[in-house]
Amino acid sequence: MPTTRRQFLTLAGSVTVAGTIPIVTLRPLEATPAMLNAAIRNVVGEAPVRTGKVKLDIPPLVENGNTVPMTVSVASPMTADDYVKSIHVFNEKNPQPNIGNFHLGPSSGRAQISTRIRLADTQKVVAIARLSDDTFWQVTTEIVVTLAACTEEIN
Amino acid sequence: MAALINVPTKARRGEIIEIRTLTSHIMETGFRHTADGALVPRDIITSFTCRYNGTEIFRADLFPAIAANPYLSFFTVAKESGKFEFEWIGDNGYSSSASASITVE
Amino acid sequence: MSFWRAIAAAALLATGPALLAGEILPDARRSGYSFMGPDTRAMQDDDTSNPGMLFVLDGEALWTKRTGSADKACADCHGDARGSMKGVAARYPAFDKALARPVTLDQRINLCRSNHQQAPALPYESRDLLALSAFVAHQSRGVAITAGDDPQLKPFVDQGRDLFMQREGQLNLACTNCHDDNFNKRLAGAPITQGQPTGYPLYRLEWQTLGSLERRLRSCMTGVRAQAYDFGAPELVALELYLMSRAHGLPMETPAVRP
Repeated sequence: MPTTRRQFLTLAGSVTVAGTIPIVTLRPLEATPAMLNAAIRNVVGEAPVRTGKVKLDIPPLVENGNTVPMTVSVASPMTADDYVKSIHVFNEKNPQPNIGNFHLGPSSGRAQISTRIRLADTQKVVAIARLSDDTFWQVTTEIVVTLAACTEEIN
Repeated sequence: MAALINVPTKARRGEIIEIRTLTSHIMETGFRHTADGALVPRDIITSFTCRYNGTEIFRADLFPAIAANPYLSFFTVAKESGKFEFEWIGDNGYSSSASASITVE
Repeated sequence: MSFWRAIAAAALLATGPALLAGEILPDARRSGYSFMGPDTRAMQDDDTSNPGMLFVLDGEALWTKRTGSADKACADCHGDARGSMKGVAARYPAFDKALARPVTLDQRINLCRSNHQQAPALPYESRDLLALSAFVAHQSRGVAITAGDDPQLKPFVDQGRDLFMQREGQLNLACTNCHDDNFNKRLAGAPITQGQPTGYPLYRLEWQTLGSLERRLRSCMTGVRAQAYDFGAPELVALELYLMSRAHGLPMETPAVRP
């Protein structure tokens, strides 16, 4: 199909503001809510996922979607019979729904992990904790990612 | 390749300590294309493990959504003096390791 | 009558103040650090979470590694970098007598390689060159920038300032339009900084790697749709020199972290 004038203007416009748009926005692929759901089911199976206990810390102003600091913590005494087994983090709009799985144990002392992640766009991030009694708890946060004004092409 | 490990050199028995690791890796997603349209193949670290005197205390599965030069912070209870061993495993047979000692009083 | 007055005014401007209209006064100079959010600042402040330190560590290993047909390491001439390299990066680009022009720290490292180590030059933006320049510049962390003080550099500082003031590209913007006249405002979601090069080579979250000031300048030029100068081009060196002299007195931060 030939490029219509409107499509061309959209393309031209999107390139003008940013110089070159960060590579992440050019990806044709994007995880869908269905993919996010499937990835979550892959981890939790048929078990219900309740909201609560989990806290997701991401700066309210993401300065660059390519490197976003993230901390997940779970309210748990972390004793031998009541602890967090694992933390699973998912996203909605990156090419893949998984971000990371983090396996802990009673010897962790504190159920908290930090890392740096990539977010292709403004989207939902979901963190799910599996406790030692095999119940699942989650938190969902909408993260606003602003695109940098001056970026460069991949070289 | 360089790795930066932050483990307290000394801790009281039973104290909860934070461990921070940072390692050099491009974490190429496998979703990017070069200027002439070729797909850049995926090259990421897929797994990180921390052992404390031989026992695994923390493990992480990493995906392309983890930023380049992966940073991980986690906690453990200081039980005894000894050694923490860290291992990163990834695509194309990638493997690297580091270690740090702790004195527990 | 008014024509002559205009000429008189122009002459006054050319010979008069050291600062051109719109230039930032010394005590108003601010590092890019002050424009960042708390999370990015924290990433720079802690050496064990600053990813730029991975490159500094690599550079430290390269410093003592023998190379080239002379089989010499940097340390064989310069000894312990903690002493010998302290303050050096704060003076770069510096005047090279043999070449009769300023050279950047990257170029100095490659001159050392060709003249003293008989080793091939490291390509611009290669990991080893960035690692070595990060390691050398890291020794100046906290040292006030004095680049451009050498009177022999005056014509090159002036050339760099002219380039900074000159509109270019399809967007017809000069560096000064953003970084002197509009800092502290926002361009799309990002704050416009003063463009003070206090922490190069630095780790950009966008790049997810360390990069040089020249890479940053080239990226700005692409941003205004101008043809970027090649790495190492005299124009880029002059711009780098002017920017460093414009940051006179600000402390070095290498390796800085920026969004």
